[in-house]
Amino acid sequence: MNTAFTTEAAAALAGPDWLVERRRSAAARFADAELPSAEEEVWRYSRIGDLDLSSFVPAPEHAPAADVESLLAVAADDALVVVTVDGRVADQRAGSGAATVATPDAEADSALGAVLEAGDDALVSLHDAFASPVEITVPEGADGGDVVVVHQFPTEGVASMPRLVISAGQGSTVSVVEVFTSPDGVRNLSIPVTELIVGRDATLRHASVQVLGDLTWQIARVASTVGQNGNLTSGSAAFGGDYARLRADTVLAGRGAHGDLFAGYFGTGSQLLDFRTFQDHVAPDTTSNLLFKGALGEKGASVYTGLIKIRPDARGSLAFQTNRNLKLSDDAWAESVPNLEIENNEVQCSHASTVGPVDPEQRFYLESRGVPTGRAERLIVKGVFDEVLDALPLGGFEPMAREYLDVDLEKSLP
Amino acid sequence: MSELMIEGLSATVAGKEILKGVDLTVASGEVHAVMGPNGAGKSTLSYVLAGHPAFTVTGGSVTLDGQDLLGLAAWERARAGLFLAMQYPTEVPGVRLDEMLREAAVAAGRDVDAVTQLLQDEAGKIGFDARFLERPLNVDLSGGEKKRNETVQLATLQPQFAILDEIDSGLDIDALRDVSRRIEALTETGLGVLAITHYRRLLEELRPDMVHVLVDGRIQRSGGPELADELESAGYGEFGTSQN
Repeated sequence: MNTAFTTEAAAALAGPDWLVERRRSAAARFADAELPSAEEEVWRYSRIGDLDLSSFVPAPEHAPAADVESLLAVAADDALVVVTVDGRVADQRAGSGAATVATPDAEADSALGAVLEAGDDALVSLHDAFASPVEITVPEGADGGDVVVVHQFPTEGVASMPRLVISAGQGSTVSVVEVFTSPDGVRNLSIPVTELIVGRDATLRHASVQVLGDLTWQIARVASTVGQNGNLTSGSAAFGGDYARLRADTVLAGRGAHGDLFAGYFGTGSQLLDFRTFQDHVAPDTTSNLLFKGALGEKGASVYTGLIKIRPDARGSLAFQTNRNLKLSDDAWAESVPNLEIENNEVQCSHASTVGPVDPEQRFYLESRGVPTGRAERLIVKGVFDEVLDALPLGGFEPMAREYLDVDLEKSLP
Repeated sequence: MSELMIEGLSATVAGKEILKGVDLTVASGEVHAVMGPNGAGKSTLSYVLAGHPAFTVTGGSVTLDGQDLLGLAAWERARAGLFLAMQYPTEVPGVRLDEMLREAAVAAGRDVDAVTQLLQDEAGKIGFDARFLERPLNVDLSGGEKKRNETVQLATLQPQFAILDEIDSGLDIDALRDVSRRIEALTETGLGVLAITHYRRLLEELRPDMVHVLVDGRIQRSGGPELADELESAGYGEFGTSQN
């Protein structure tokens, strides 16, 4: 395919030598790779076949101006803040916590790529070829405080590659919110990658709020690794985009590592929201608990496929996976495919998935108290989201997520 | 003075005829007990009156002061003045009691703040723990708490007529007394009650004006409170069935 995503274009981006070389080799891998196809299990039911990279260009090296004041107004005053525009760092300010932010320098002591291997798939290679990474580090034993990263994609026809690497050192704590936003009516593509490295005994809480515009495509990865007795909470509140995909891979790498994984999503219009999860239990006595809940109105659609993998050494592990989908119209569509792959028998695993309308008995209960049908359904759907929105560390962004939820409820249950 | 009039009411569920022509009239302030063996159609009667979509009305009429109820959606029947206290109140995760009653108040054109205050007052009156008001409906409530919850809602929504579908089931003695006394007090200010029950003990606090025996989808006999005593000792054998 002839596209603007050439090795020359990638290598022309400024950066320390090691990063330039990293981009160059990623671009070369991308040039040799085929784009993924819906034939592959992990892309089944996706819209990957509709992706036309020749209609996009790489984001320029310097970010255009963008107004994010209203978005940042809800961030805690003492939060560490990073703003990216079209994937390039546009602004940053220090927080009162111990977390620090850095962009790559000549020293190649970066955690970049520590979780998500280079060459994992063609789109990760594409991302690596054009990304300007941002690294946030919390020192051992420190309270990293709150971190807010706003990713804005204002530009028509641009493909953006935001890269965030968060390292929570041994025994540290930190809470991170990423917000993904773009205007309605602007057709663009973003391929964000977030790496979360949870050190031994560390606690990392991460949430993304995806409120992209109606023509934006997003193909996101979150890749996490949790060390011994480390605690990860990671989740997404996803409302926007035309096609918006999130693949979240969580490796429970150290003994006693724990992961809580959440998503709440609402698809309307002709949206397809696409979620893939991997709970990879490598070490003994690891636990993971996944709860993804969504609603689909109008002609909205969603896909969930998830795999719990218990490796041979992961005895004593507990892993749970639940996906629930409410179909609010006849034209809405949801696919849900949970999977288990267990290579050690001394474990407890379960998975559950449902796709269906609002429970008629619940609706009748509310109606019998005098709540009109549409209002009853709205209350019930809103209630379905509460469990995940309450569990996500959204900080000041929770009201924003709820506003988007209300808009989708209004559209779906007028 | 209002009147809930049920005439010749027939209904099916999944194609099976359960109600075969029920006639019953309840006036404001009256308590009518409907007793009968399992499978007689008691719960069906309550669901059909409240407008549950699983049941199909095949004949007859139900009116409240002349207004046809059968043509109304379930929530419109509630707005018209009907309340159903369920035998097994549905758990609704994520929806709070106070939130639901505020929505009901908006639909009924009532003052939302006043309804919220009333809810708190009513919860206090029958010992319904205030923290349940802000918790998901019926989730993790004991059987007794669920029935107190139904009673608090009944008192807050102030309907003209309440259908109590075995409100005494799953209640301990204390809860039964609290619930039935509160409802008895509401009848003194005009609430009409249709109390479906298996047992006479509910009727010791909630004193019926009339007792009706529902067997095989019809009211087979009606009488005064003494009929409940008779049924308690003799069972339903004379109606061609045995109590089970």
